[in-house]
Amino acid sequence: MLLKLEPSPEQIKSGKVYQEMGISDEEFKRIEEILGRLPNYTETGLFSVMWSEHCSYKNSKPVLKKFPVTGERVLQGPGEGAGIVDIGDSQAVVFKIESHNHPSAIEPYQGAATGVGGIIRDVFSMGARPIALLNSLRFGELKSARGKYLFEEVVAGIAGYGNCIGIPTVGGEIQFDPCYEGNPLVNAMCVGVIDHKDIKKGQAHGVGNTVMYVGAKTGRDGIHGATFASEELNEQSEEKRPAVQVGDPFMEKLLLEACLEVVQSDALVGIQDMGAAGLTSSSAEMASKAGSGIEMNLDLVPQRETGMNAYEMMLSESQERMLLVVQKGREQEIASLFEKYGLEAVSIGHVTDDKMLRLVHQGEVVAEVPADALAEDAPVYYKPSKIPEYYHAFQAMENEIPAVEDMEQTLINLLKQPTIASKEWVYDQYDYMVRTNTIVAPGSDAALVRIRGTEKALAMTTDCNSRYIYLDPETGGKIAVAEAARNIVCSGAEPLAITDCLNFGNPEKPEIFWQLEKAADGMSAACRMFNAPVISGNVSLYNETNGTAVYPTPVIGMVGLVRDLKHATTQEFKQDGDLIYLLGETKAEFGGSELQKLIHGEIFGKAPSLNLEVEKEYQNQILTAIRAGVVASAHDVSEGGVAVALAESLMGANGLGAEVALEGEAAVTALFSESQSRFILSVKAEHQAEFERLTDAALIGKVTDTSKLTIMVAGTEEIKLEVNQMKEAWKGAIPCLLN
Amino acid sequence: MRFAVIVFPGSNCDVDMYHAAKDELGEEAEYVWHDETSLDGFDAVLLPGGFSFGDYLRTGAIARFSPIMNEIVKAAEAGKPVLGVCNGFQVLLEAGLLPGAMRRNESLKFICRPVNLTVKNNETIFTSLYKQDEVIQIPIAHGEGNYYCDDETLAVLKDNKQIVFTYEGTNPNGSIENIAGIINKQGNVLGMMPHPERAVDPLLGGADGLKLFKSIVKQWRESHAVKA
Repeated sequence: MLLKLEPSPEQIKSGKVYQEMGISDEEFKRIEEILGRLPNYTETGLFSVMWSEHCSYKNSKPVLKKFPVTGERVLQGPGEGAGIVDIGDSQAVVFKIESHNHPSAIEPYQGAATGVGGIIRDVFSMGARPIALLNSLRFGELKSARGKYLFEEVVAGIAGYGNCIGIPTVGGEIQFDPCYEGNPLVNAMCVGVIDHKDIKKGQAHGVGNTVMYVGAKTGRDGIHGATFASEELNEQSEEKRPAVQVGDPFMEKLLLEACLEVVQSDALVGIQDMGAAGLTSSSAEMASKAGSGIEMNLDLVPQRETGMNAYEMMLSESQERMLLVVQKGREQEIASLFEKYGLEAVSIGHVTDDKMLRLVHQGEVVAEVPADALAEDAPVYYKPSKIPEYYHAFQAMENEIPAVEDMEQTLINLLKQPTIASKEWVYDQYDYMVRTNTIVAPGSDAALVRIRGTEKALAMTTDCNSRYIYLDPETGGKIAVAEAARNIVCSGAEPLAITDCLNFGNPEKPEIFWQLEKAADGMSAACRMFNAPVISGNVSLYNETNGTAVYPTPVIGMVGLVRDLKHATTQEFKQDGDLIYLLGETKAEFGGSELQKLIHGEIFGKAPSLNLEVEKEYQNQILTAIRAGVVASAHDVSEGGVAVALAESLMGANGLGAEVALEGEAAVTALFSESQSRFILSVKAEHQAEFERLTDAALIGKVTDTSKLTIMVAGTEEIKLEVNQMKEAWKGAIPCLLN
Repeated sequence: MRFAVIVFPGSNCDVDMYHAAKDELGEEAEYVWHDETSLDGFDAVLLPGGFSFGDYLRTGAIARFSPIMNEIVKAAEAGKPVLGVCNGFQVLLEAGLLPGAMRRNESLKFICRPVNLTVKNNETIFTSLYKQDEVIQIPIAHGEGNYYCDDETLAVLKDNKQIVFTYEGTNPNGSIENIAGIINKQGNVLGMMPHPERAVDPLLGGADGLKLFKSIVKQWRESHAVKA
């Protein structure tokens, strides 16, 4: 047998071995104080993962406190596997978004796949049936071979996992910018539905109750994944490939079905997924949340490799595993439920009353640590914050209108920008229809998934324009939430709540921490305005490659409720003769716009301004009009401005065209400005009076049967393009970049 | 009429099949777990899509050894309608109930989208409500739908009018002769890659698949009306 020599407690201290695990001198001192002795190697490992930023939010906690997390509909806020919001009829929606950025940068297929697997477990560990997946991805501009490889493999990984487990991937968003070249972002979101009575929590109540392990066996994969996720990427990161886990969606499908049967049993006390920091986080958190302790015998942990020691078992992030607490004496009932699916549920420990996490291996106590110390008592850092120089410079700039000569060619070029271009190449690979509830498939503003047996549907979207947030984090943070709400409202739904994934650079840099703080301020203000609290989320810091951070990217995942399927609305124009309206004011705002990037190759200046009251008022008007049945199509104006929004409304509208006349002094502004709080709507002629009574929208044109888009600005014809020509540019852009 | 929806570990379109039969057709439907050993009392068998046993080894290759497969073979021999969709089709191929084999899509990518099909034979119990050569829209969602068979088999399929559906327009996966679905010689076992159970409700984008299920029921009613 291979003998592995672990450093002794004294060696860990004198040789500062803890530093390799990401523990600071200060933190090590604190651990010593908590224990009243030196930690051994395994214990040091437990602290290092549980006190990593990924698990403890030690750097982001002060920022997270800013978010509104309660509301009359919120049944479960942040802190459990996923948040829960009431949707009436004793049903609730459960959702969460999570990042898998670092693993995906190193091993894109498995990194993305296990990101999907992890977020699904978070949702079904609450007892909910997962009904939809979404994602939010960021890559470089698809110019380098590695950039293309990352993009293709991440998409394949998401498809591979989601398609196999049979949960439709119904939506998402992808943006491309050079800042993500070395550090792509891969955020996965899962939405589930649950009956109130079935809600389960990850809590280890009841002294003497049994701790059971179910799912895949534990191997040496993913050891220290959580620690790895809390560091910057550099040349050595490639060596951390062993910290990336390998996914098995088939195993998870079995686990999912079995767990959803098990949650119906009153023998189940608590259940939690073994995600980041695996067995350590699930056991410590379940004990801590219940105010109890847990003792486990690691000899009983199902292992896929021989000779694993306590350190490896506790820190492994092998996928597709769950930890259960079961009423004492009823273990067999639970085990037989799992047996149907060929899964073995094994008793590995019990709940105690001494609040300790105690681990026994080969007859010896190998770790004995207060559960609260691991789960709750991580240090909280109030990081210094400093306004970056660039911000002052950008704020001092006047809004300039980019010089454009050929409006038509510019529109075509914008449609070819990968961020704007059709993502068909991507969602063609996702099974977005399985479970046959997808009413609005990927490609419209928000995806709609009906709730079978009711007249209701859920609208869902992910959004974040990080360029605005880079220019002005507070305004950009507001815009991110507002845009998500716009998409939800345009699909006929009212916003319920959000989940967020805060992807930022290294928080130890004051300028980065400032971005984080300010973005959270903006997001919080917008969440309050739209009555959409933050019910779950994830923080991913240290998104830097060789010292350069990604743009601050707080991805918003929003879910809304469609009260009646009749309200379901999409962005495509519907029929010849319908009237086209623009709601919202257009100003010369090009900071961070697609046009600015296209023309200057970089972004600068002020982000577009946003007035939350105005935004809310317009959204109310649209929802009222949709519910009154007088809106044929609704689409928000975002990247590329009104011209792109009009083009997008024609892409899926077979054979239709549009004739539009816009006001404004500068054609460039009217066509391509990215002013916020704007919407393109179409209305049947017979509904004109009622629609105009309900909204402040301005009539700008009509839908035609010519398959052409004609746009006049202040009396001059600026654009006259065949829809097919635009469609070719828009659809062909991503496949073309990949070839 | 009573439908059995077979559920293998890893099946994931079982729910869709069930609802198509129960909600849209208004017939009886029941899930049958793969280790059951009886299909008594069922009038038709539906093998749903998904990734049975993770599609490890080869699509459908492990599922064919499930205990229920003996009963499915018996049902097929007894002339009961057996419909395999997507992974269900792959299982039927592996079980030898239909000829040929499946390869990965030519693009080597999973493809999910609505496609047009031509009904090449409307004289089957699954297609009697379609018109001959009718073009219908049914979604596909698969990574291995590139149907292949040797020349001899192809000649037999053609001679017996066993090719029931072909892709109209672009062939999405590279299948031989644009084949999307085939039937056995006896005419009661149909395998197809497209998902008719996903096209039974206009709310979800189309209902062209409904006639397939209705054809099964119609034939069953007619053959049982005689006895009544």
